[in-house]
Amino acid sequence: MRFRNFYFLFSLCFLIPGIISLVLFGLRPAIDFTGGSLLELRTEQAETPSREQVQEAAGEIYQVSSVQNSGAGQFIIRGVSISNDQKLELENKLSTTLGPLNEVRFETVGPTLGRELLQKTVFAIILASVGITFYVARQFRSFKYGVCAILAMFHDTFILLGAFSLLGKFFNIEVDVLFVTALLTTLSFSVHDTIVVFDRIRETLRRNARFSFKEVANAAVLETLGRSMNNSMTIIIMLLSLVLLGGETIRWFALALLIGAVTGTYSSTFTAVPLLTVWDDLAQWWRNRKR
Amino acid sequence: MFKTLRVFFLIVFFFSLSLIIAMPRELPVQFALAGRQVDFMLKRPVLNLNLFGRPFQRDFELKQGLDILGGMQLVLRAQMGNVPVEDRTTALDAAKEVIQRRVDLYGVSEPVVQTSQVGDEYRIIVELAGVTNPDEALQLIGTTAQLDFRLENATPSADATASAFAYFNSFQRTGLTGKELKRSAVQFDSQTGEPVVSLEFNSEGVEKFAAVTQANTGRILAIFLDEFPVSLPRISTPILTGQAIISGDFTIEQAKQLNIQLNAGALPVPIEIIEQRTIGASLGQKAVQDSIRAGVIGLSLVILFMMLYYGWKGVLSSISLVVYAVFTIAVYKLLGITVTLPGIAGLLLSIGMAVDSNILIFERLKEELRLGKPFNQAMELGFGRAWDSIKDANVVTIFTALILINPLDLSFLNRSGLVKGFGVTLLIGVVISLFTGLVVTRTLMRLFLKEISPEKPSKA
Repeated sequence: MRFRNFYFLFSLCFLIPGIISLVLFGLRPAIDFTGGSLLELRTEQAETPSREQVQEAAGEIYQVSSVQNSGAGQFIIRGVSISNDQKLELENKLSTTLGPLNEVRFETVGPTLGRELLQKTVFAIILASVGITFYVARQFRSFKYGVCAILAMFHDTFILLGAFSLLGKFFNIEVDVLFVTALLTTLSFSVHDTIVVFDRIRETLRRNARFSFKEVANAAVLETLGRSMNNSMTIIIMLLSLVLLGGETIRWFALALLIGAVTGTYSSTFTAVPLLTVWDDLAQWWRNRKR
Repeated sequence: MFKTLRVFFLIVFFFSLSLIIAMPRELPVQFALAGRQVDFMLKRPVLNLNLFGRPFQRDFELKQGLDILGGMQLVLRAQMGNVPVEDRTTALDAAKEVIQRRVDLYGVSEPVVQTSQVGDEYRIIVELAGVTNPDEALQLIGTTAQLDFRLENATPSADATASAFAYFNSFQRTGLTGKELKRSAVQFDSQTGEPVVSLEFNSEGVEKFAAVTQANTGRILAIFLDEFPVSLPRISTPILTGQAIISGDFTIEQAKQLNIQLNAGALPVPIEIIEQRTIGASLGQKAVQDSIRAGVIGLSLVILFMMLYYGWKGVLSSISLVVYAVFTIAVYKLLGITVTLPGIAGLLLSIGMAVDSNILIFERLKEELRLGKPFNQAMELGFGRAWDSIKDANVVTIFTALILINPLDLSFLNRSGLVKGFGVTLLIGVVISLFTGLVVTRTLMRLFLKEISPEKPSKA
């Protein structure tokens, strides 16, 4: 744990830009949360029309908020919530200027549903974190371990949120229900690895009472590092191939899982354990001061 | 040793069984063997059993979700403004019944129609997988139910007797509709004790009904719902009070059913679409192909990695990984789990995670060997020690998966099919991987890694 401060610095390098982006730009919520309509069309034109072009073609009948390419000759139009009949009218109007078009996907979500989903999502995240906290606390019967595991979990959460805030700002990537799913999975990833390392620390501590806490932590990290890396390697291989080859529909979902897996692995070894030693140092300092 | 062998054969047996279930319906086999061309079609058997008097049939096809098959998902809101609070649940059920029938008429395989109540919002969720013309289906579902009473033609024409369709077509409208029906209810005949359905008309309806029944005593006054006859009662006496009773050989279920249908017409709840998702089939099919390709490449890389890093042990754990994949697909088919795109992602993720328990065990084994324990003892110790960590770590994943699945269907949690799909595959993945990672790998190691002497544990 000699390089403790370096690890924290390294984490901050990733955390700070993400948090700044979160504060400044926030996340880009999908229509799942805000309500609205999404219309994916396939045309015979290779080039994706600009938002202005689509708006001009739609004229009065639709307020287009964004147009995004989604593959060759395919694009997604987003805007306020419209009914099926309004959609047919819009398609008719668009086809006069854009040529024949095929509807690939149409989604429309009313504003109340969006708000409701947002509430459900927040609730699920709270439920998951509270449940995990209780489990970890019970498992280790120690406040110290529980808090450090949870801090590492927040570390991962914020890195993932920050990454998608940046992606949203620069690549128009939206945060949808699947992203939330990935976020929840990240929570469990994060704790998964942390539990293995913590288990080892406690075990070593029990057997070798004469070593200092830092030495024990060091040894435990070294012992579990190989396993932790290898395991993440296999997960990363699977997710990476899904991100690269898995197609457009779940690419961002897979990417969110991938970021979660990487930061989850990193934080167990290089955030949770260093935090634990910091805690131990502080406790020692407190004891010495009292004396 | 004998026990290990027995477990091994059990695994082989279940693996073969799963392999049969997991394989596609038809698998062309073509290869050249000793100069001869072998070319035949492997066909998967269809299970058709009679288990304890209950038919148990599985054709072992993977159920594909809406996002793969293409189709339409609708969330409809029933506008209950004019419906008294105590009748709202009945009205919602009635509306669901009507939509269910319309959807059935439309002929989509396995349509899903569910009701849900969130706060004071009453909703109906409709999922039509594989619907080719969503605009048309929407027309069909969107209209409000129409109930009306029609008289049997006294002098049926020749072709009216020929087919049921023509017969029902010959019925004459009486001008009496669901608007005039105040309510209906299931009651029991005070004399026979049989279930009957009572009708109560409003003031306008009382007059119309009296006129119709007086003029046509003895004829059939059919009740049509959406152009479809639901009941064919005969007028036995003129009814002047507007209180009628339909009796017949009803079972309680049938009476309830009729009551719901009558209420559907009597309570025209306007419905409104608040969410619509239409997905073209081509989009899903391509995504599945891409994901499967990604999965196969990923799996091969993981196997390669394990073999390079752990040598023979890696080979064994790769075998249990393949066992894992086959088991998982077989379980999907047996439990009839609907596979969605996020579900496939969950499956691939769980493959990545399935090796975890093996890696934990191998690393522990390595340590025990380093401490100078003999191989067999080190192996058993490795399994035992690793189990604690594996157990703790997986409880959390199972917990998260359960939140995603929302098995109790709690209204404050997510109920989206996509999220559920991912959660289910994750959960099944974790549970099966615990089994293959521990039992299968251990059995294989006990059987095949005996010969490795403790002096040369694997490289590393």
